[in-house]
Amino acid sequence: MANNFFVAPSPHLHSAMSTRSIMRDVLIALLPALAVSAAVFGLNVLLVAAVSVLSCVLFEFLAQKYLLGGPCTVGNLSAAVTGLLLAFNLPSSIPLWLVVVGAFVAIVIGKITFGGLGKNPFNPALVGRVFLLISYPVQMTTFPKALDNSWLDAFSGATPLAVVKGADNLASVDFLQMAGGNIPGSLGEVAAAALLLGFLYLLWRKVITWHIPVTVLGTMALFAFVYAAATGMPSAALWQYPLFHLVAGGAMLGAIFMATDYSTSPMTVKGAVIFAVGIGIITMAIRLWGAYPEGMSFAILIMNACVPLINKYIKPRRFGVKK
Amino acid sequence: MEVLLSTVLTLFVLGILAAVILYFVAQKFKVEEDPRIDVVEKMLPGANCGGCGFAGCRGMADALVKRDDISDLFCPVGGAATMKSCADYLGKAAPEKEPQVATVRCGGTCAKRPRTNTYDGATSCAVASSLYVGQTGCAFGCLGFGDCQVACSFDAIKVNPETGLPEVDIEKCTACGACVKACPKMIIELRKKWPKGRAVYVSCVSKDKGAVVMKACKAGCIGCSKCQKVCAFEAITVENNVAYIDSTKCRLCRKCVNECPTGAIVLRGMEPLPKEPKAPAAAPAAAKPAAPAAAKSEEIEK
Amino acid sequence: MNTFPIGGVHPSENKLSRGTAVETLPLPDEVTIPLAQHIGAPATAKVAKGDKVLTGQLIAEASSFMSANIHSPISGTVTAVDMAVNGQGLRQMMITIKREGDEWVETIDRSTELKRECTLAPADIIAKIKDAGIVGMGGATFPTHVKLSVPPGKKAEYLIINGVECEPYLTSDHRTMLERGEELLTGVEILKKALGVDKAVVGIENNKPDAIAHLKSLVEKSFPGIEIMPLKVRYPQGGEKQLIAAVTGREVPPPPGLPIDVGAVVCNASTTVAVYEAVQKNKPLIERIVTITGKELASPKNLLTRMGTPITTLIEAAGGLPEGEVKVLNGGPMMGRAMCNLASPVTKGCSGITVLSGADASRTAESECIKCAKCVSACPMSLEPYFISKLSRRKNWEAVEANNITDCIECGCCQFTCPAGIPLLDYVRLGKQTVMGIIRARAAAAAKK
Repeated sequence: MANNFFVAPSPHLHSAMSTRSIMRDVLIALLPALAVSAAVFGLNVLLVAAVSVLSCVLFEFLAQKYLLGGPCTVGNLSAAVTGLLLAFNLPSSIPLWLVVVGAFVAIVIGKITFGGLGKNPFNPALVGRVFLLISYPVQMTTFPKALDNSWLDAFSGATPLAVVKGADNLASVDFLQMAGGNIPGSLGEVAAAALLLGFLYLLWRKVITWHIPVTVLGTMALFAFVYAAATGMPSAALWQYPLFHLVAGGAMLGAIFMATDYSTSPMTVKGAVIFAVGIGIITMAIRLWGAYPEGMSFAILIMNACVPLINKYIKPRRFGVKK
Repeated sequence: MEVLLSTVLTLFVLGILAAVILYFVAQKFKVEEDPRIDVVEKMLPGANCGGCGFAGCRGMADALVKRDDISDLFCPVGGAATMKSCADYLGKAAPEKEPQVATVRCGGTCAKRPRTNTYDGATSCAVASSLYVGQTGCAFGCLGFGDCQVACSFDAIKVNPETGLPEVDIEKCTACGACVKACPKMIIELRKKWPKGRAVYVSCVSKDKGAVVMKACKAGCIGCSKCQKVCAFEAITVENNVAYIDSTKCRLCRKCVNECPTGAIVLRGMEPLPKEPKAPAAAPAAAKPAAPAAAKSEEIEK
Repeated sequence: MNTFPIGGVHPSENKLSRGTAVETLPLPDEVTIPLAQHIGAPATAKVAKGDKVLTGQLIAEASSFMSANIHSPISGTVTAVDMAVNGQGLRQMMITIKREGDEWVETIDRSTELKRECTLAPADIIAKIKDAGIVGMGGATFPTHVKLSVPPGKKAEYLIINGVECEPYLTSDHRTMLERGEELLTGVEILKKALGVDKAVVGIENNKPDAIAHLKSLVEKSFPGIEIMPLKVRYPQGGEKQLIAAVTGREVPPPPGLPIDVGAVVCNASTTVAVYEAVQKNKPLIERIVTITGKELASPKNLLTRMGTPITTLIEAAGGLPEGEVKVLNGGPMMGRAMCNLASPVTKGCSGITVLSGADASRTAESECIKCAKCVSACPMSLEPYFISKLSRRKNWEAVEANNITDCIECGCCQFTCPAGIPLLDYVRLGKQTVMGIIRARAAAAAKK
């Protein structure tokens, strides 16, 4: 018989999902936000994103080849995802050489030194972003104004979070503008609605589950509500203030795309919820009482560090054993 | 200035506090250990290969110090020399053991044992062997997925991609036995290590009947017992259709090698006997030509 | 709609032969019957070379309680009782019979008319089932009389009939329910009587609406006291523990917990029909419906096949193997065993032969674990496959055991769902086998003391 018989243990079927298809879906999910960002800040956005993605891929290729060895992993698109996420965390006016530096830190220090994809304890894009934020604070916090051709009036040069720090200027916030992206900020901080669209896409493709994003945002909203109530804000602010925190800054980007990073989030649903609550609380603590206007990056990195501990102690409920 | 002062003071107090706590904890949980364990551990090779039966060299050192009779403890890596120095230090009788070497008892190379299917599961002999017969028709032979190679801490056993069989580097092998345990087919055996890499062994463990063996592999032992009849030292036994040469009884006379119809008996590091039909075989007679043959093989090695 | 509580996946169903009525395969000229084709001790051969046997005659006897009788599927002469190669290329004891005509043992009632009335006492029913050598025909091959013998102190409440057939491709249970519904339901009544239970539920996945409707109409017409329960389509719903949880909401405790601990006895649909035949018609388990399927087979079908028929005969009946790379499975693609010897016979647990060809025949390449946690959420036993698999690869057996490896039902959801193509179950299974060995050795050592 002209047959080559294959033999392997069961199962003999495999789902259509692969590392590459997952990463491709994440890239697709980020596209609407990229488009909005480009509409708001101009074509410079695309330049920053392109440089970030290309340098991440290049660094991954070089580091894998000369540092780690083993097969080339560029094809799984994870470096491209890191690159795009890094770009989403940068202002569009950033000097391009800084983007390359950030990409280097993200890929080589944040990922390859730990052994590559799946072994990095910290979200590589955030490692790159926080490195840049601490080392080049001026460049990283100078946000360009949104383009004048927008469908709504342009906002001032400071991010809403910086404006509202302390909650005095809440009245100056226009939620519609924020949701539509018509505000200053990093590339990916400006378009809550577009990010939510990406979230729905990822849910539909079963790339991520709802647990982490919803819990992070829910915790933040609850925290903000309690804070608003405790500090005696007017009753209208009781819903406005939490909502503001959800659409402002990197909340959406962080909750949907950064906190859900596979290798830096817990393995069980229970663990993921604990992880997400931690992110929500730390983010709000930094936003309200910290030196920085935004705390999402730090919160995620801090909780990333707790993931091994969570994985060790939070185990799924054993089948057949009642609590 | 005030900030600086308060910072320094806080850190200072914290530091003192931590030091005090650490001191008391260290006192409370102190473990008394025989200092000789450390010394003996340093004498051991430090490979932590587990060849002695303990998890690592520390466990072995602990046992050497604590047990009165250490005659059944042996470090295969360090060998007799290491055991002697440890025993001398501890004032105990040194255990002795003949040097051994891991030997792969399967001759079913890709050429001699045709493939009947392609294994597509996890690259592991243990996984494949619990699933099915393997890529050939032989249910006893080497699977070739290299569990022995993974188990070896000394880089001494490697699967040759051309033959599909593992090969032992006699120089590097320490006879720790890790590969013996790793092999699910129980093909690898620790056999007496002769000088200059000499060896005679049956390179097959198939318990199948001769006809079945022949069908699956051209290099298998068919259990014909010809080798057993020719052996003058009662070193060869044939059980379950497979011959076995006891390496402690074998004197490397090599007569069995010529008798074997399938070439399942392997001769290493020596020239084979000239093919004479029915030489008046006696042990001393066989010993004589062995010497020049050994000299020859030395030359070859050089 | 009911389903089991944790994990699970939904592979493409590919039930190619769902609409094809059962055909009877012509009798084979020669059969080989393994003495071990059930869980437990192999049967002891009762015939020798040269003996004449009749169809349905006992040829091997259960060697202990946990064993099963084996009957001749054809009439003819025994040509060998010797080691023969099985589907995995390994040698095991088999009886070879050369066919001469088809003469049945006289006591077997071969009429097709339905015989509903059963006046036997429960113990007699179980004895008849034991005599007929019936084992679980869904693939697990657990002797049915052992299942029905409820240990003292335990009480059965539910009889659950497994008509789930969650394995992709396979349709033999589906066709059985459609074409032999009355016999099935009579079998359920007999089993109810044997167990002394009031509640009987037939669990069927919702992708077989015709079978659900057919059985429901039969129940309404003339089989009161049996519930037909549609279940949400999800693999591995046909797993015993998953089916019990789906139907009753009760979870079987971890090993050594058994279904009877939550008052449930599960029996496969085809097995139930075999029970009917054994009790009402004196017919032993000598034939079964086998699905022969595959995307590149000319005509996937369901064949009523005598035990011991070579698998090549079935493949030829379905149009022969496609060219090139193939993987032939004894069973479905999720839990079936790949075979390297197609001359091996159909056995009691063989519910289907699946032929995967082309790209489906081989696995995808393995890459690094990306910690996506998909295996954890897919595991129906709430284990952490990525972790256990890694521990097992490192041979850290204590840790493997501590992570509840013995709970694993080897359904393969973890490996199915892994985007990195890691052979998770290969190593988990290895760990499970090793740990079970360690546990047995420990128990033996404790028993010695």
